[in-house]
Amino acid sequence: MNRTVRVCGGILLVLAAVAIAGPWLSPHGYADTNFDRLLLAPTFADQHFFGTDDLGRDLFVRTMLGIRVTLLVAIVASFVSLVIGVAWGAVAGFVGGRVDAMMMRLVDTLYALPFIFFVILLMVAFERNFLLIFIAIGAVNWLDMARIVRGQTLSLREREFVAAARLLGVSTPRIVLRHIAPNLIGIVIVYVTLTIPQAILVESFLSFLGLGIQEPETSLGSLVDAGVNQMEAASWMLLIPAILLALILLCFNFLGDGVRDFFDARQSR
Amino acid sequence: MLRYTLLRIAGAIPTLLIVIALAFLMVHAAPGGPFDDERVLPADVEANIAKAYHLDEPLPQQFVRYLGKLLQGDLGPSYRYRDYTVAELIGAAFPLSLKLGAMAMGLALVLGVAAGTAAALNRNTALDRVVMAFAMTGISIPVFVIAPLLVLLLAVKLQWLPAGWSGTSGATRYLLPVVTLALPQIAYIARLTRASMIDVLGQDFIRTARAQGLGGATVIRLHALKPAMLPVLSYLGPAVAAILTGSVVVEEIFGIPGLGQFFVRGALNRDYTLVLGIVVFYATLVVAFNLVVDVLYGVIDPRVRYR
Amino acid sequence: MTLLHVNRLSVGYGTQPVVDTLSFKLRRGESVGLVGESGSGKSQTALAILGLLPSHAAVSGSVRFRGNELVGATGRQLDAVRACGIGMVFQDPMQALNPYLRVGRQLREILVRHGIAQGGAADRKVVEMLDRVGLPDPDRQFRAWPHELSGGMRQRVMIAAALIAEPRLLIADEPTTALDVTVQAQILDLLEDLRDNTALLLITHDLGIVAGRCERMLVLERGRLVESGPTTAVFAAPQHSHTRALLAAAPRIARDAAPGPVKGSTLLAVEKASVCYRGRNRCDLMAVSDVSFSLRRGETIAVVGESGSGKSSLVRALLGLIPLRTGKVVYAGEPLAGPVERRAQVQRRDLQLVFQDPASALNPEMRVGRIVEEPLLVHEPGAGRDERRERVMAILDRVGLDARFLARYPHQLSGGQAQRVAIARALVLEPRVLICDEAVAALDGTVRQQVLALLQEAQRKTGLAVLFISHDLAVMHAISHRVLVMYLGRLVELADNATLFASPRHPYTRALLDSVPVPDPVAVMRRAPLRGEVPSPVDPPPGCVFHPRCPRVQPECRSQQPALRDVSGTRVACHFPL
Repeated sequence: MNRTVRVCGGILLVLAAVAIAGPWLSPHGYADTNFDRLLLAPTFADQHFFGTDDLGRDLFVRTMLGIRVTLLVAIVASFVSLVIGVAWGAVAGFVGGRVDAMMMRLVDTLYALPFIFFVILLMVAFERNFLLIFIAIGAVNWLDMARIVRGQTLSLREREFVAAARLLGVSTPRIVLRHIAPNLIGIVIVYVTLTIPQAILVESFLSFLGLGIQEPETSLGSLVDAGVNQMEAASWMLLIPAILLALILLCFNFLGDGVRDFFDARQSR
Repeated sequence: MLRYTLLRIAGAIPTLLIVIALAFLMVHAAPGGPFDDERVLPADVEANIAKAYHLDEPLPQQFVRYLGKLLQGDLGPSYRYRDYTVAELIGAAFPLSLKLGAMAMGLALVLGVAAGTAAALNRNTALDRVVMAFAMTGISIPVFVIAPLLVLLLAVKLQWLPAGWSGTSGATRYLLPVVTLALPQIAYIARLTRASMIDVLGQDFIRTARAQGLGGATVIRLHALKPAMLPVLSYLGPAVAAILTGSVVVEEIFGIPGLGQFFVRGALNRDYTLVLGIVVFYATLVVAFNLVVDVLYGVIDPRVRYR
Repeated sequence: MTLLHVNRLSVGYGTQPVVDTLSFKLRRGESVGLVGESGSGKSQTALAILGLLPSHAAVSGSVRFRGNELVGATGRQLDAVRACGIGMVFQDPMQALNPYLRVGRQLREILVRHGIAQGGAADRKVVEMLDRVGLPDPDRQFRAWPHELSGGMRQRVMIAAALIAEPRLLIADEPTTALDVTVQAQILDLLEDLRDNTALLLITHDLGIVAGRCERMLVLERGRLVESGPTTAVFAAPQHSHTRALLAAAPRIARDAAPGPVKGSTLLAVEKASVCYRGRNRCDLMAVSDVSFSLRRGETIAVVGESGSGKSSLVRALLGLIPLRTGKVVYAGEPLAGPVERRAQVQRRDLQLVFQDPASALNPEMRVGRIVEEPLLVHEPGAGRDERRERVMAILDRVGLDARFLARYPHQLSGGQAQRVAIARALVLEPRVLICDEAVAALDGTVRQQVLALLQEAQRKTGLAVLFISHDLAVMHAISHRVLVMYLGRLVELADNATLFASPRHPYTRALLDSVPVPDPVAVMRRAPLRGEVPSPVDPPPGCVFHPRCPRVQPECRSQQPALRDVSGTRVACHFPL
């Protein structure tokens, strides 16, 4: 693995650790309002490292909470898309024929949609809750995974070492497990890594519009939204969550690129 | 070619039907009606409203009614803007969004293709690295982060450009929204162009062209550009969807009275018919655009037509 | 009069030079063969001459063309020499033409860019050139897309492009390697006919091609020139050991004695087999139709045919990898079930396959030890760890690999080593029938000899029956007992090795034999015996499928399909056998 991967992975791990431990060590609660301390600039006094917002809530704790939510959504949503995408793609690719054609026709149809609007529609129609956001985002992102896995499975199935295994009398489950699956792992890892920033983007987009995580819970998207409303009076309210969100997304994207280069190099060796 | 085009059009119709059905179902399967969160109405009044909006009919019948009206361009009345139909609202707000979107798309294509090609031709030089670093930043940072940061810097702190929309006029007020909307697409198209250009330049037929002494510029223009643009062409469909998505945020941040803003207001107010109407409208737009891209693909790649 | 002077040319990537201080001269109008195995640096030399190497290649030394230095020349200087001074034909015509431009446009641009002709004059010149390279209906081909042309026709277009600006030197880099043997002969004839005063540098691995067509030859080994001289002299008295090894490895049909027929009991019989590929309809492509033959214990049958002959489909159906449409396969008296999954384990272990491309036939995520061990895990679950290891070692030893290879992954093997691993995997269960699908096509001459010897040894020891598919007649002649010739899905001739090579009965077999380049410069050079190319199997000709190309065609051939019949010991499907 190259240096970019190690650096980005390191930054993300540190951020995750601080986000988990930070609120627990801080004396402030994420929903505690304090009308004596409105829009305080970042200070070490009273441990308001990131200042306070227009309701006097401690922004360090809220930001850490936001990172937690953002990472959690990303991981759960990526997992959802991983499960659906791999299962869908692997079945279509391995079974092939008419089943494959029908399954992929559906994927193509869904692919043509401006999916995020459907997620918003879903948010409008149903009560907003965490679970729905996870499922909605996962449902948006599984299409790519399904296409990739299906293509790879299809080409693996046609490879001669699979034919050789069939001739040798290797059973179908064993062929899938020992000959096809190990050759899929690389590409699946790459696409999961690339799905994570996509999921973060969707979640923070919804939260920014006020259609995602609801107050007093928060995510980086909601914090940016709040920051925009106060940016002339309290620029830190915008800058801190905006920079952190950008940093997280950059790290995941670089990580994905790095992992892809790593597996590409492995493939072409 | 005609056969290919007709086949593509025939293929797009079921897609569109599924999309509309999906959107319709989502809204109508939702628990609670549109008027639930208002004060409690007498039962007979509620029944009258339900009748007026045909909410008492079975769902398939409602869907057929909706489709029938849709064909006449009727998307129903807005629940919140009581004096307007959804079609009227879209008709009033969309032209401005279209203008912004088209400008952003044009900008993204020109800059993205130029930057990507330049990076590919100067691979592993400082220029390549700068373009790619910019592109990585562009695809990573969401529009709703870039937009307020630019406003904070250029409008609030430096006061070079107007921050809002209303109360200003002239070309300068387009600058920030269009640039913000275009930035991620410039980045994406630049990455795409660079990758596909490098791929094409490694093909055997490029070596053939070079062996024929055609000269660098001719090799690129005549032999490499067309195949290298195919992935960019395929991306135009998703790009339209992405710009529509971005316009929602940009219009919100800059206070532009476009369709995106209506959409967000509608969503927050739970204005079912408006949100449904706009989703159907957007989806039709994207499906239509994908159709155009498909047909263009057939024009450029002679092998596709015969499949 | 020196046209091209290459002096101490070296090309390197990193530390290892791929071309090492190479020097040679080419006179005006001369034809010279540049010969070597893969990796000997012959293609790199060609690219270096034209300045086409990637920028990270380190090039030193000198290349002078008509007195002008090309190493280190500017792009503009090189462009002036390319096409007008030196034309180039590449190996794979499928990849070398731009699929997004019409054929005429690609040729026309050469004339326009070099200021040779403009407008209508350029168009006329292109059409004229397309006519000269033998494309039927050149006006129509001018507007054709490359994907509408067959491989041979595309290579004709490439030759037209290389010669249209009337260069003094033509470099042809393995111009026929990707083509069928009957088409290869046509293309080589075309190069000979068209070049007139143009000098030719013909790069090839096939000594047969050099023997018939080049006045002088240069032999490369790992980037170094090891021998050069007039072709006849080099063939008659090779000085360098590598040249001798190359010549020894080049199979000659006339020189080697054919193995005699085998008297044994029938082990495997194919009866009236047909294979279809479905598209929109149930049978859109009849890949194999109505083929019958039987394979005896200890016998090798060679299946010969060009692309589209259906030979690969036949063996895949026989093995149960794809379904038979009609007919059946009988093994040891028992009919075999269709799909391989429904066959008894003992039947499955008795029939094994070695593939053409070892890189694709070995799972990239498995180590060699595991690959060879897997058949034992499936078929002999009772065997212990130690016993399995012992047997894996024994079989690896037989194919000439040692314990160091156990822990390697396929990508860490050379082509020859990987093919030996594939053979070890196929032989570890001691099968009774081994099917080799172009198993040596991807290997260089010397490695090919080793692999073939390995198979023959296995046959001597265990009475293995072998079905060997190949397009290489010389290889077939060296190892097979009987030969089966296929054309467009049909069996056209089946005979003993010696009989078939000495007196073929089918005009197609005759043409096939005449198309093979003979690695002997003294032999009379023969013209390509067949016109045209194999038609598409999607739409086969009526009557005898060979009739559109047959030199002896009669009216009857166009309507009546010939049945397979006996002509003095040979099975042949022809109305008018030779």
